[in-house]
Amino acid sequence: MSRLFRQPDTMAILLVVLVLAFLPALLDPFRLNLVSKYMAFAFVAVGIVLTWGYGGVLSLGQGIFFGAGGYMMAMFLKLEASAPELPDFMVWSSVDKLPAWWEPFHSLTLTLLLIFIVPALLAYVFSYAIFKKRVSGVYFAIVTLALALTLTVLIVGQQGDTGGANGITDFRTLLGFDIVGDAGKQTLYFIETAVLAVAMALAVAMVRSRFGKILIAIRDKEDRVRFSGYNTAHMKAFVFTVAAVLSSIGGAFYSVQVGLISPTAIGVVASIEMVIYAAVGGRMSVPGAVVGAILIGFLKSYLSETFPEGWLYFLGALFILVVVVLPDGLAGLAQRLYAAQAKQAQPR
Amino acid sequence: MSAVMNGGAVAHADNVATGSAPRSDAILQVTDLTVSFDGFRAVDGLSLSIEKNELRVIIGPNGAGKTTLLDMICGKTRPSSGKVVFNGHDLTQMSEHQIVRIGVGRKFQTPSVYEDLTVIENFEISIPGGQNVLGSLFFRRTEEVMEKIHEVAEQVFMRDLLDHKAGRLSHGQKQWLEIGMLLIHTPDLLLLDEPVAGMSPREREQTADLLSRISAGKSVIVIEHDMDFVKRIAHKVTVLHQGRVLSEGSVTEVQEDPRVIDVYLGH
Repeated sequence: MSRLFRQPDTMAILLVVLVLAFLPALLDPFRLNLVSKYMAFAFVAVGIVLTWGYGGVLSLGQGIFFGAGGYMMAMFLKLEASAPELPDFMVWSSVDKLPAWWEPFHSLTLTLLLIFIVPALLAYVFSYAIFKKRVSGVYFAIVTLALALTLTVLIVGQQGDTGGANGITDFRTLLGFDIVGDAGKQTLYFIETAVLAVAMALAVAMVRSRFGKILIAIRDKEDRVRFSGYNTAHMKAFVFTVAAVLSSIGGAFYSVQVGLISPTAIGVVASIEMVIYAAVGGRMSVPGAVVGAILIGFLKSYLSETFPEGWLYFLGALFILVVVVLPDGLAGLAQRLYAAQAKQAQPR
Repeated sequence: MSAVMNGGAVAHADNVATGSAPRSDAILQVTDLTVSFDGFRAVDGLSLSIEKNELRVIIGPNGAGKTTLLDMICGKTRPSSGKVVFNGHDLTQMSEHQIVRIGVGRKFQTPSVYEDLTVIENFEISIPGGQNVLGSLFFRRTEEVMEKIHEVAEQVFMRDLLDHKAGRLSHGQKQWLEIGMLLIHTPDLLLLDEPVAGMSPREREQTADLLSRISAGKSVIVIEHDMDFVKRIAHKVTVLHQGRVLSEGSVTEVQEDPRVIDVYLGH
């Protein structure tokens, strides 16, 4: 049975990547840029499939790591855009010297390294400490939620260093390469698609390995897994770390593509939306999560353009509908259709 | 004749209760173990010694502290005081996964298998070695691994069920699967909490044979209520009552011990 479903997973990833690769030919630059934005969230959704769908660890604070990547990228872009002056928002807040923790972000290499290292360290240390205490389930979700809230408050409060509620914006170039024009954005779109494809492939390889099976075992009977000889806190902290790094990568692409990172993109509401992407797409399916993120992103844009007043109700209704009718999300639906078709095809 | 035997058993039990000197061939030495939950002493100054290749059955009325004793041996519950020494390691200082890795396997009262995984996957994640993050990511189903899985599957009567989801197995099959998951870890000490609960008479017989076979190379502690089953498998029986050792000896010996009859078998 599981063998049967393994192939479709690979096929689905190929299909998703293929569609994404052809979108630039079909969409105008504005819409294409929107897809880039949704794809940034798709990275987070893939991470949520790993931690929540497989590991059973629900985090309502993935925005923290999305923000970490987003802000670090934005700091680099901002320094490049405003060089040799200080970033404009610092001047407005009468900060006269660049804060020391901004210094590493003069270098792109260092910035990219930190986009991996900072969330990885944060996530591992924080989550291992919690999992070691055997705190999990709802309590873990609440802690992450509180952290996401704290982070936004902190960022808004430190206006002079962080841009406050307005966030960091007004980027122009990346190493001299124009990122505002249509051509530049399209190149970035292809880079983002390629990185997302790699992320999906790695995530699928992970859930197919023995590690993936251990995650399922932990989700269903964590106590028993300890008696199979595993330190489950390490296992959970690792998968949480992978999800954090994926979120951070997504955040970095978000900053480049949208040209703005602000506390609203990383706060509680944003963090919960990210879980909805994975739930709608299918919390046990890596390609499903990507489709979920992009589809809901589109729906959000469409609904908010058409029904500026009440679009959030539609989104809420959709979420409830999926949870009630399709517990395995769109991927589950696709799987069922595929299985039904295979059954029909067999007797002939 | 029986009076003499009884006397012997009683004397032996007294000896154990006061803490006998560790024997050289003991694989597990429990000394003066105590744990209390909210003031209630579930296990109270209990001492016990298990020898290599021994199959010991622990019986006792409900609430005697049988499961709690196993919980403390495998690290699930921390004792308030006392020592559990296994092959020179003090288990009270170790975490559950470390205890498993040095060779203590535990089967729980209600069968605990991974229901969303197939039988073969249940075995796969129970295989020792590489039980850390990297080891699990790069674990391969080599020929050696598959051979081992098939060997254990054969032993626990699951050869034809490898691709079944564990959640779909019958209660008895889940018990076997869990025993198999322990065997694949090649433990030196097996702790089995009511391994035949929910099994048909035929399955009980098969399990009794299975336990006799596997106890050849390792030590086994079994908690069981079914006296017929106990008679079939036990080398030696320990009777617990109110967290203490009440009696210890062969099945006949403990069955004839008046104190045992009083608290347990007589009812």
